[in-house]
Amino acid sequence: MMYKLKIPEDMDKIQNLKMGDVIYITGKVFTARDEAHQLMLELHEKGESLPFDPSKMVLYHCGPVVKKEGDEWKVLAAGPTTSSRMDLFEKDVIKIYGIRIIVGKGGMGDNTAEALKNIKGIYATYTGGAGALAAKSFHKVENVYFLDELGSPEAMWIFDAIDFGPLIVSIDPQGNNWNKISRDEMEKRKKEIFKIIDQS
Amino acid sequence: MNIEETILEAIRTAETSIPYDVFEHIRVAYENETNEVSKSQLNSILDNVKYAKEKKLPICQDTGTQTFFLDVGYDFPYKKEIVNAITASVAKATNLYYIRPNAVDPFTGKNPGNNVGRFIPYINWFLREGNDATIYVLPKGGGSENASALGMLKPGEGIKGIKKFVVDQVIKAGANPCPPIIVGLGIGGGSDLSMIIAKRALLRPLGQRHEEKRVADLELELLDLLNKTEVGTMGWGGRTSVLDVHIEYAYRHPASLPVGLVVQCWADRRAIIKVDSSGKVEVKQ
Repeated sequence: MMYKLKIPEDMDKIQNLKMGDVIYITGKVFTARDEAHQLMLELHEKGESLPFDPSKMVLYHCGPVVKKEGDEWKVLAAGPTTSSRMDLFEKDVIKIYGIRIIVGKGGMGDNTAEALKNIKGIYATYTGGAGALAAKSFHKVENVYFLDELGSPEAMWIFDAIDFGPLIVSIDPQGNNWNKISRDEMEKRKKEIFKIIDQS
Repeated sequence: MNIEETILEAIRTAETSIPYDVFEHIRVAYENETNEVSKSQLNSILDNVKYAKEKKLPICQDTGTQTFFLDVGYDFPYKKEIVNAITASVAKATNLYYIRPNAVDPFTGKNPGNNVGRFIPYINWFLREGNDATIYVLPKGGGSENASALGMLKPGEGIKGIKKFVVDQVIKAGANPCPPIIVGLGIGGGSDLSMIIAKRALLRPLGQRHEEKRVADLELELLDLLNKTEVGTMGWGGRTSVLDVHIEYAYRHPASLPVGLVVQCWADRRAIIKVDSSGKVEVKQ
């Protein structure tokens, strides 16, 4: 099924999504890669908070190419980065910050799926490498945080998105995880391929 | 055109348009794909490539580690000029937003913001007869680079062992390196040599086989085996997981069978600069 979602207004519709659904998101998206995830956990430990409310936004695994034109930032390319690196932190980030929508590429592991199930959230993927196309839907840079400390790929960028997608739901709120299913299937195929090699 | 401007232009060309051979391989994969999700992903990839070229935008936001392979004649006169021009043009390309600042201190994560740091941009030299030079520009993305592997196999495992190692690694990498991927393999040499010839093998256009039949045959056999994994586009399953396999080899120690594996994402961005002994330059893709 295909759904167009407005974030944060449609946050409660997330719980009905199923693995394989295609969604388009309009609303606020914030980027966070490895360093930003670490920083989010450090801030929490110190009892400090983020300068924005991430629970009302989409967490996007992305380090964009951005260009400064006058006082404004323009997004040139903003496809997803490999999400599995964020498995190290995501379980805690989801729980602490109430994140319900994560977008990235490549799939995520069991711990992240479990945390998403608990919060009734999803992980969806955008086509890896399609950076120029993705940038089209980010028509405005709302703000940027920690740019000096983290540098532009790792900084937390807040984008205003219109119809960001197609995004394919890869982990649904029931905890179904395409990454896990496909990996199990591939392990089976590996055995078959090894048989072919042994017989050659 | 001076050499610095030429390298800058080559970086921009590599980042904004993929070579024809790569586009054709992706187009054929799209036509052959029967898995609906993978087909839609390939469609997005082709749309993205066309859009990036038209608007002169980076194809992917990961503009890679700026990697330069230099094939240089012993008598080529401008070695120093080229090294200086590479560093200067990489910094300039960053400044002009052609590439993302992608080089950070490995201990602190601090980003100098210009893609220049210790050993970076990376230049790999290969000396040969002649008085001219060829510069290969290969921006190498992090997601695909993370799928690299070195197998120090036992010689007794033989070619079958190599095949199993490669299949295993491609399955392990799964969707992470942005498949359909291109696999570069370096067989033999030592740990370092096998990895560098594996990366160099990626410079060969897709569809072009190794000049030795026994190596070419192994490339095709591995391509067939790897597409049986059904990783598919972005891990969604389907017919094409790997666009091509390129193998290079070196003589090995009798006790070692090193296999270097370097993965390139579908966004196989390349450009070639030819420089003759008079300093005349030409950019190709």
